[in-house]
Formats: sequence, C-alpha cells, structure tokens
Amino acid sequence: MSTKIYIPGDAAAVACGADEIAQAIAASAKKRGKEIQIVRNGSRGLHWLEPMLEVATPKGRVAYGPVTLSDVESVLDAMLGDGKHKLSHGIADEIPWLKNQTRLTFARCGIVDPRSLDDYKANHGYKGLAKAIAIGPEKTVEEVTNSGLRGRGGAGFPTGIKWKTVASTSADQKYIVCNADEGDSGTFADRMIMEGDPFVLIEGMTIAGMAVGATKGYVYIRSEYPHAIATFTDACEAGRKGGVLGKNILGSNYDFDIEVRTGAGAYVCGEETSLLESLEGRRGQVRAKPPLPAIKGLFGKPTVINNVLSLATVPIVMEKGAEFYKGFGMGRSRGTMPIQLAGNIKRGGLYEVAFGITLGELVDEIGGGTASGRPVRAVQVGGPLGAYFPRAFFDTPFDYEAFAARDGLIGHAGVVVFDDTVDMAKQARFAMEFCAIESCGKCTPCRIGSTRGVETIDRIVANNDRAKNLEVLEDLCNTMKFGSLCALGGFTPYPVMSALTHFPEDFGATPKLPQAAE
Amino acid sequence: MDKFEPWSEPLAREIIARHAAREGAVLPMLHDVQNTFGYVPEPVIPMIAEVLNISRAEVHGTFTFYHDFRHEPAGKHVLKFCRAEACQAAGGDHLCARAEQKLGVKIGETTADDRVTFEPIYCLGLCSVAPSAMLDGKIYGRLDEKRVDSLISEARR
Repeated sequence: MSTKIYIPGDAAAVACGADEIAQAIAASAKKRGKEIQIVRNGSRGLHWLEPMLEVATPKGRVAYGPVTLSDVESVLDAMLGDGKHKLSHGIADEIPWLKNQTRLTFARCGIVDPRSLDDYKANHGYKGLAKAIAIGPEKTVEEVTNSGLRGRGGAGFPTGIKWKTVASTSADQKYIVCNADEGDSGTFADRMIMEGDPFVLIEGMTIAGMAVGATKGYVYIRSEYPHAIATFTDACEAGRKGGVLGKNILGSNYDFDIEVRTGAGAYVCGEETSLLESLEGRRGQVRAKPPLPAIKGLFGKPTVINNVLSLATVPIVMEKGAEFYKGFGMGRSRGTMPIQLAGNIKRGGLYEVAFGITLGELVDEIGGGTASGRPVRAVQVGGPLGAYFPRAFFDTPFDYEAFAARDGLIGHAGVVVFDDTVDMAKQARFAMEFCAIESCGKCTPCRIGSTRGVETIDRIVANNDRAKNLEVLEDLCNTMKFGSLCALGGFTPYPVMSALTHFPEDFGATPKLPQAAE
Repeated sequence: MDKFEPWSEPLAREIIARHAAREGAVLPMLHDVQNTFGYVPEPVIPMIAEVLNISRAEVHGTFTFYHDFRHEPAGKHVLKFCRAEACQAAGGDHLCARAEQKLGVKIGETTADDRVTFEPIYCLGLCSVAPSAMLDGKIYGRLDEKRVDSLISEARR
C-alpha cells in the first residue's frame, strides 16, 4: 500500500526549503523501493514548524517539523516505521496551537490538495453554493447580511450591504472583483488561502456572482505572490473542467467565470478604487467616492469588490447559516478572524479565532513572545498603516471598535512584533517614507505631506527646533488624516502618532509627555 | 542560454495582439512584454497605444506608475530584499546593510559588472518566516548572515 505524505507547497514552507525536501523524500523512497504518494498541500499555519511534513496513518495525520534536508532520511524512516522522531509532534489535529483555534474560513487550508476539486468537494466543498442556488439570490444576500460578516480587507464594511446595493442596481453587466493585493506587511492570510484552499475563494465568488447577478469575476493578485498566482490559476482551470466555473454552474441556470490578473508592485492598488483603475489598464490612482463601486465600479458597471477572506468566508456562512457564524465574536465584530502573527515572534503563523481574544494573549501566549528572546516592546497591528501599541495596551480585545477606541485599527489582522531593540522614531519615519514611495499622487496631503513628514521627523530627532516641529508634525498628521482621499494618506498618521505618543523617549532629548493612556 | 529574447518588433506585435481582445489589456500586455524581453522597450508604448486606440501618454502613464515595469534590462540576476516592517522587526535592516556592503551597491542599484540588480520589495508575505528575499523568482525565508552570504555568492556566479 502506498503511503501518503503531505509536504506543503505554501510559499512560507517553500521559502524554508519544502521543494528540495519534497524532491529528496521522493528520491529516498524510490531508492528504498517504497511506494509513496506526495501531496503538496497548503500550510496549516504553524509557520515556525515549516516545512511541516505529515504522514497519513490509521490514527490520523502525524506531523514532523521543522524538517531540514539533513532530516529527510530519519524522518522518512519514522514515517515508514514506528513514527518515533525528535521532530514528531504527534497527530497534527491534536497540536494545541491548532486545536484551540476556531477554523471556519481556514477549515480546509493545509488539509486538502489545493489543486483537487474532488478533494475540495469531499471536504464540505460546494455545499454553500448548493444552498445558495436552492434558496435564490435574494435570500442569499439576506443570509450574508444577517451573518454580520464585515469586510476583512481592513475597512470592516458589512459585506451583505455591499452585495445588496449591487443586486438592486440594474445593468447589462456586473462584476465580482476579488482584492488579492495583500500588500500589508505582516499579512499572508490571502496568500495562504489561494495557495492552500483556492476553491473556497472560487466558491465564494461564485455565490457572490449568483447573488448579485454578475457573470464575471476578476481576481487581482499582487505580482509578489507567484505561488498564489500559479495555484489559483490551476484551480480555476480545474474548476472549468469540473463544471464549477463556466456555464450552468452545478447544473443550475447560473453562469460564472473568473479571470486572474496580476498586479505590478503598487501598494496603493490594494485600495479598492485604485485596484479598479489598475484592472482597467490605467495608473492605479484612487477615485473619489461617490459614485460607489457598487453602483459604478469596474468599467463603470456595478461591482462587488471584496477581500479574499471576506469571499472565502461566504461558503461556510451559507453552509452553516448566518446564526451559526454570528454566534462567534463580540460586539459588532461577528465571526472569526484569521490573525497573522509575524515579525520578531517565536511562534509565527496563522491563528483563526473568534473576535474578542486580547492582543496580549495573541502575542505572549499564542505567539510565545519574541524569537530573539528579548522583551516585546511594540506591536504593529494592521499593516504599515496600523498603530504601534505598547505593552500597556495588551488588554485590547481583537475587535474593530475596541482598536479604533485606542486610535488603532485591525486592518487585515496582521500582528507584527518588535523587541526592545526597535527605534520607534525610525519606524515613524519609515511610515512616512513608505507613504511617499507608494502614494498614487492624486491628493496633496498624501503626496506632499508624506515627504514633509519624513523631513519633520528628521528635524525632531536631530533636536532642531523641537517644540515647533512637533507641532508641525501633529498638524501635518491631522491634515493627512482628514484631507486624504484614501486610507494610504489618511492612515499613515496612525503609526506615526502612536509611535510618538507611546514611545516619546525615542524621539530625542526632551520627550513630549505621553497623553494619558486609557 | 539567456532567459530573455532579444528585442524583436514582430514578436512584440505578436505579444500585444495576443491580449488585444481583453478588457483593460494594458497591464497584461506590459507584463507579457517584460516577461519576454526582460524589460519594456520604448517602441512598445506606441504599439500598445495603437492597438488599443488610446493615447501614447496614457500607456506611458500606466507604464511609469508601477514599480514592476523596467525601463531597461536588469542585471543578470535580480536579488530582492523585503524591506517592510515584519522583516525590519526580524533583523532585516542589518542584513540589508550587509548585502549592500558585500555587493558594493546601494539597494536599488545594479553592480558595475551587471551581474546583480539589488532591489527592495515591500512584502513577500513571508512575514512569519522573516527576514525574506527573492533571487530570480525563487523565495527564501529565515535569512541570517550565512544565508545572505550564500545568496550573494549564488547571485554573483
């Protein structure tokens, strides 16, 4: 009987040598005359254990990691023998880090073969779409609205409301656009879904298309993600062959197809209107709203534009129902969030859990503190536009409103940990510098403000007319916050002001008094 | 064998024609041209404009907006270092400075012998196995001094 061995094809595993290990395992098995079947699955999200190999046993899948090339022979011995090995973690599903999660969006990621439609269907795949087809478009929109699902890209806008606007706008052509331009540092959940469970995104987009009357979908994937582009493109091809993309989806009267488009290295294209401009073949410059994309979006047609995670969560909402999904979470943040632990962290990876877990639990308990072993000094949540929080804020629950109340944001739920060697003035300067590099140039506060911001921070750190320049910086941040067209200029003040407020000692000789913490 | 084709006008026209019927075809055309020739040669801009019946200025505007598109060929090898926050938190600044010193160029430049183009990239999505880099499209995580040195000697080869 052939032994089934899982070796992730996820980019995080590949970056740590998974491809070479897969080759070595195959070669070694051949030399031993043992028949094995290698599945290139996605990642389970325990990235400090990547490459994490698994072998199917009668008791379940047994995990080994982190495996290096020099471990290949002994790991294969264990896999084909008694299972004893210093890198063994036992049954993968029983690893506490994994077991304690609530995996809804990521239920299949790391488990299935991402390129196999049959595997997807055998693991609850297409149950959500089947239900959506059975209850019809109106009830589907209602179900998504009732689930309380909010946009996972960062803005947190209710997904169902967006869909309703598109559904009720009549047009000869409507579009579903998936925003897979995951540019925030510290985030990789979209990438993991596209590499580990692409059919869940295809199914989610198809449900959206059916619900609002759109027959065409675009997925805009950033060029920095070649593995995601490859896996997702293969999955679309398999979907077309398997009758889940194209005409008469699942034998219904609905048609839907998806085209993959590649970005070209512009961070601002993660902003929805800029992304639409880019898809249309132009400079990725932000559009003023209104009109909303839901009314006049791609090529002037009504368009649903949602993040990968929002769309990938729709199938489970449809399968299990709004009430089930809504049962998780706190306040107005319903359901679960795939949180990404990154940077200087001991146990980094993807942790999906209901809203409400505190930042401290995430960083200290789940993440295990820093990889360097030094004390955690600052945590940036929500990418380059997110605030830096000090340890004093570790009691903040993961919730859109709770973060906003402390002048922070959840964004796409990336958590980047810094130890005590970090220079917060440098981080603040980088935020302004990054905004200057990536600004689309359309509005003045962002285009000019960011460059002036870099200069002003330099003057403050050099103790050059400090008091006056601190005022200038604050004023500049206010202008950017309230005068910018989109979140790039509008949110860059978050990392800058939070660094200045919580870590004034890094900004030179006479620190500004910190504002009273809550 | 070279990875890229030498400039050829008929080939460029063929590539552009391949995408002409697509909605919003400019980016797919530019990507395909660059993947073929290694950069976007100047004569391509008016060719795209003509096929899509838009102005040269519009195509030029799109071309120059995006970091990915090259105006001239890169060095023989392209080494991209992630310079975003997660990699900074994991010691990326130090490794970048080390690479700059070993290569004898600043990030964003190409070595004098045209062997290595050293570029920043803002996030490879490998933030949990930071610091990370990409050499000729292949990705590397958990970089340390030793791994950076071996990447550089590989790029120099």
